[in-house]
Amino acid sequence: MSANRKAPEGRARAPRWAIWLPLAFFVGFVALVMTGLLKPADRTVRSALVGKPMPSFDLPPALPGRPGLSSSELANGKVHLVNIFASWCIPCRVEAPQLAQLQRAGVEIEGISVRDSRENLEGFLATNGDPFDSIGADDDGQVQLALGSSGVPETYIVDGKGVIRYQHVGEIRPEQLDVILARIQEAGQ
Amino acid sequence: MRRVLPVLSAVAMVAAPALAQQEQSTAPFAYRQLEDPAKERAAMDLMETLRCLQCQGQSIADSDAPIAGSMRSLVRERIKAGESPEEIRAWLIERYGDYVSYAPQLTEVTWPLFAVPLVFLLIAVLLLRRRFTLRREVEERGAGDEGEEA
Repeated sequence: MSANRKAPEGRARAPRWAIWLPLAFFVGFVALVMTGLLKPADRTVRSALVGKPMPSFDLPPALPGRPGLSSSELANGKVHLVNIFASWCIPCRVEAPQLAQLQRAGVEIEGISVRDSRENLEGFLATNGDPFDSIGADDDGQVQLALGSSGVPETYIVDGKGVIRYQHVGEIRPEQLDVILARIQEAGQ
Repeated sequence: MRRVLPVLSAVAMVAAPALAQQEQSTAPFAYRQLEDPAKERAAMDLMETLRCLQCQGQSIADSDAPIAGSMRSLVRERIKAGESPEEIRAWLIERYGDYVSYAPQLTEVTWPLFAVPLVFLLIAVLLLRRRFTLRREVEERGAGDEGEEA
């Protein structure tokens, strides 16, 4: 009741330190903006399918006389590297030597060529090497979307049961080979 | 300059079809509308709320990136086949996460976004109620103590 009686004369005064509150809020806000500016969030869109089975697809061969790629072939008990690439993609050229190295290490590499033409693809493989066991032609990009891939190149490690175990976004650089090989070994266990 | 112009136009004539071939998407509905206007509108409404994965500030309706073309074709083909826009959104979210959708989804991470305005509203109502009841008490008491003042 006493509090109510005091009310008309003027409300209880704020504590003295409260005068610093607006400044504190402002400093906090500036700190937030600065962290966002100096350390921008990672904008890589990763597939949400890692740990889940490969979606089913059946792609026609990208080159005559070579096999295409279907998801059922990936679940044949062996670990596969599925590389999403295109002849129009510059970073794909950058990772070509690394793919060749993986192939020499005995890794089975399957390709999905996205929105590409046969002539361009042949030219690309002639210049950059051809580490692929099979290449599926994803001409309208629908399988790329089904895999949750947001660009080229991207590389998926698929285990013997056809489950996606790892996704590498962007080109595989030489210093990343160890990680890829370790993940392949992990998927094989 | 007079000599350069014909050369330039010749280059343009040669280069234009080549560029067009590169940009041409084989996805059937990347740049083609659906015939049914109602379905095209439904597809367009959905496309405006889906993020292009390459140019992430743009919707797939606004973007000219090849992957946006593939996504537009996916949306239109599925709408044409009778799928609902929210089913298509769910299919994409299953693959790319919530980030692909501009329309915020209600999940265990985002529920505060929806709950906080309601909480603020509730606090506002409570505060205002206290103020109004206080004032009435004061007025009543004021009327009792010193007669009419206001």
